[in-house]
Amino acid sequence: MWMYALRRLVLTIPILLGVTIICFALVQIAPGDPITSLVRPDTPPEQIAALRAYYGLDQPVVVQYLMWLWRVLGGNFGNSIANNAPVAAEVMRAFANTIVIALISVLFAFVVSLVLGTIAAIRQGGIVDRLVTALAVFGISVPTFWLAVVLVIIFAVNLNWLPATGMGASGSDSFNYFVWDDFKFAIMPIVALALPPLAIMTRTTRASLSEILNQDFIQTLRAKGLGGFQIITHAIRNIMPAAIAMLGLQLGYLIGGSVLVETVFTWPGTGALLNKAILTRDIPLLQGTILVLAGAFVLINLVVDLAQSLVDPRIKRS
Amino acid sequence: MKSIKLRGVLAAAALAVAAGAAGSAFAQESVLRVAMTAADIPDWTGAPDQGYEGMRFAGYTMYDALGLWDLSSSDKAADVIPGLATSWEVDPTNNLLWTYHLREGVTFHDGCAWNADSAIWNFARVMDQSAPQFNARHATQQGSGVVNVASVAKIDDYTLQITTKVPASLLPYDLAMFLMISNCGVEAVGNDYAKFGEKPAGTGPYKFDRLVPRERMELVKNDAYWNPDRVPKHDRLVLLPMPEASTRAAALMSGQVDFVEAPSPDTIPVLQGAGMQIITVPYPHNWNYLLKVDSGPFADIRVRQAANMAINRQDMVDMLQGVAVAGYNTLIESQAWYGTPPMYEYDPDGAKALLEEAGCMPCVVRIGISTSGSGQMQPLPMNELVKEQLDAAGFEVELVPMDWNALIGVFFQGATASGFDGINFSMAPIDASQGIIKKWMTEYAAPSCCNWGTYSSPKVDELGKAALAEFDQAKRDALLTEMNNAVMADAPELFIVHDMNPRALSPKLTGFVQAQSWFQDLTPIVVTP
Repeated sequence: MWMYALRRLVLTIPILLGVTIICFALVQIAPGDPITSLVRPDTPPEQIAALRAYYGLDQPVVVQYLMWLWRVLGGNFGNSIANNAPVAAEVMRAFANTIVIALISVLFAFVVSLVLGTIAAIRQGGIVDRLVTALAVFGISVPTFWLAVVLVIIFAVNLNWLPATGMGASGSDSFNYFVWDDFKFAIMPIVALALPPLAIMTRTTRASLSEILNQDFIQTLRAKGLGGFQIITHAIRNIMPAAIAMLGLQLGYLIGGSVLVETVFTWPGTGALLNKAILTRDIPLLQGTILVLAGAFVLINLVVDLAQSLVDPRIKRS
Repeated sequence: MKSIKLRGVLAAAALAVAAGAAGSAFAQESVLRVAMTAADIPDWTGAPDQGYEGMRFAGYTMYDALGLWDLSSSDKAADVIPGLATSWEVDPTNNLLWTYHLREGVTFHDGCAWNADSAIWNFARVMDQSAPQFNARHATQQGSGVVNVASVAKIDDYTLQITTKVPASLLPYDLAMFLMISNCGVEAVGNDYAKFGEKPAGTGPYKFDRLVPRERMELVKNDAYWNPDRVPKHDRLVLLPMPEASTRAAALMSGQVDFVEAPSPDTIPVLQGAGMQIITVPYPHNWNYLLKVDSGPFADIRVRQAANMAINRQDMVDMLQGVAVAGYNTLIESQAWYGTPPMYEYDPDGAKALLEEAGCMPCVVRIGISTSGSGQMQPLPMNELVKEQLDAAGFEVELVPMDWNALIGVFFQGATASGFDGINFSMAPIDASQGIIKKWMTEYAAPSCCNWGTYSSPKVDELGKAALAEFDQAKRDALLTEMNNAVMADAPELFIVHDMNPRALSPKLTGFVQAQSWFQDLTPIVVTP
């Protein structure tokens, strides 16, 4: 298994290289450049040209990419063109802000979806099953942006129970998840992020468990005299590989795709950072963020694969 | 005896309570929390980006310029008044030579003295590439402020001589955009602007206190500000980037912020219902279509006039819930050079007749628009309405949406290279230089600045040159007005609306005077607990 893990880690390198090349190329194709975001309409053209040269943007595209790659291999992610801040510090701060709420959201969704999916599978066709299915359909269908705005209206504006926006009353540098006055800023983003994966995982759990419960070995367990709870425990163990795979996918989606939630809640995470980097064509920031996200995604998938083989001995990783 | 003792104890207790209350009142800071539309903290080292919102919150708060905008009135367009210079004049025998008299007794926030040496150091920061303090980003961001400056010399500690490249009667307006930063502060960190950013220093009414990157910047009042009338009436100013309009509205209504930039029009009734103050005042902004006038359908003045007649401006104002006014000019009415532009009546039949006469029916045009952007208001629904009205009058409009960065790139390209017949690009005619000279003189066609559509008129060019060489303000204003009238008669743009600069304030705030400007003075705001 360790050799398998090592091999997967080594294969990460060409994956990351490919991802950064594709992103770099896509930004080059898009009209505009990082300098147009920075300058005023009446900035003299010679000064715009000088700034482009200062950032090496007058070099051929291939040279620009190779220069960036060379710096990254030396551990230097460069500075953001938009605000001159070191990219490494920006990305790691944003990533830390996103990964924690993404983990909390997906674990919350995982636990709740296991419970709801199990109940729905046991009570197939009943009212509970229908309610769970309705919740799941709602969760998959509702636009996350809309849900985020509605949560803010209800809980921040109307009820004034939770703050509308931001990461802590004084900013993320002093944020503490274990202090209620800070944690309450994270509640609505977590709920908004958790609902779609909860819906998807509930449906998956219900479907997988229904299938397992109809298999012969379940009848054998009943014949042996096992109670309902013990049978469910056996059945859930059988669906865990699929559930873990789904958890990994959802976590990967959340760490990279939470831009709408982060914009509504002004949560300083990787989604908002990536969005800003794309809109301002901030190439060093974009490349740095993509590198970290792609690396995290690959790592998460590796952990998921290893976890699956631990849970199900039939799956051998070699 | 017992009653005397009791009275004494009670008196002592009362005094203690009063002292405690007074102590806590002194200890409680008054904080003004502002939600900006910017997606990030603007550059805070003296060369703000993020458009004029950056200058508003990270420029004129911490820094001053030789001249400053007078932001004390809502009734007239803001003009430039003395700032770090108390007066200036041009040499009557040599109109390239200006003398600036610097304000004495001013220090930067770090204690560095403001004088002619600081001023010259600052000019070199953006003009002299061989200077150790030269900063390429600052040069680009602040370059338009010094574009006409050839050299700067010290006459004495508080007198500066500025030589311009060409006669530049509007130099004071250019220099009002050029911020002065502490030379001592930059030199103390070896000209490392990243380190300077940890403790930036200007001369402004606010001092830098704290920054959480991309999340908040906190400034505190400068008790020693050189203009005692503008020492802030609150202790702390917290600036929060909040690009989503619904988030800003929610933050205001839930009490998380006190002052919100640009609430979206459909949230205004809700905000008013919740007791918020909605303030609107005209300011030098226009939401127009810039038209390519040297070729294509809009080269014919009849087509341009037809487009202007096709627009029902009141419909647009109604759609925006009144936070705009009908536009017939690039300038706003309160600006001195507004003149007498044609006031197009809504007349779609008249527009059709003109298009028939011009042989452009249907008149196919391709317009570049953005999905968002500084000053672009609500671009998608607004452009859909314009398209509907133009199409009804005989045009066939293809709207090509793109993000703001891409549209800025199209603007810099100029009309000829862009492939568009027009773009919806809002502009800020804050002074005659930006609103008239650089918009309409032939020499400012792309890539030299802002004459996107390549408008060209020998008469207008002559008037512009004459205005730039005219140092008597009344005579210059007359020339600029004549120039603007001549241009407006040519209908070089599709004039639609001017934004009314809506802001939403908590009822806790008093004292704010919204200026007719892209910049605002927050210092008079009192925050009632």
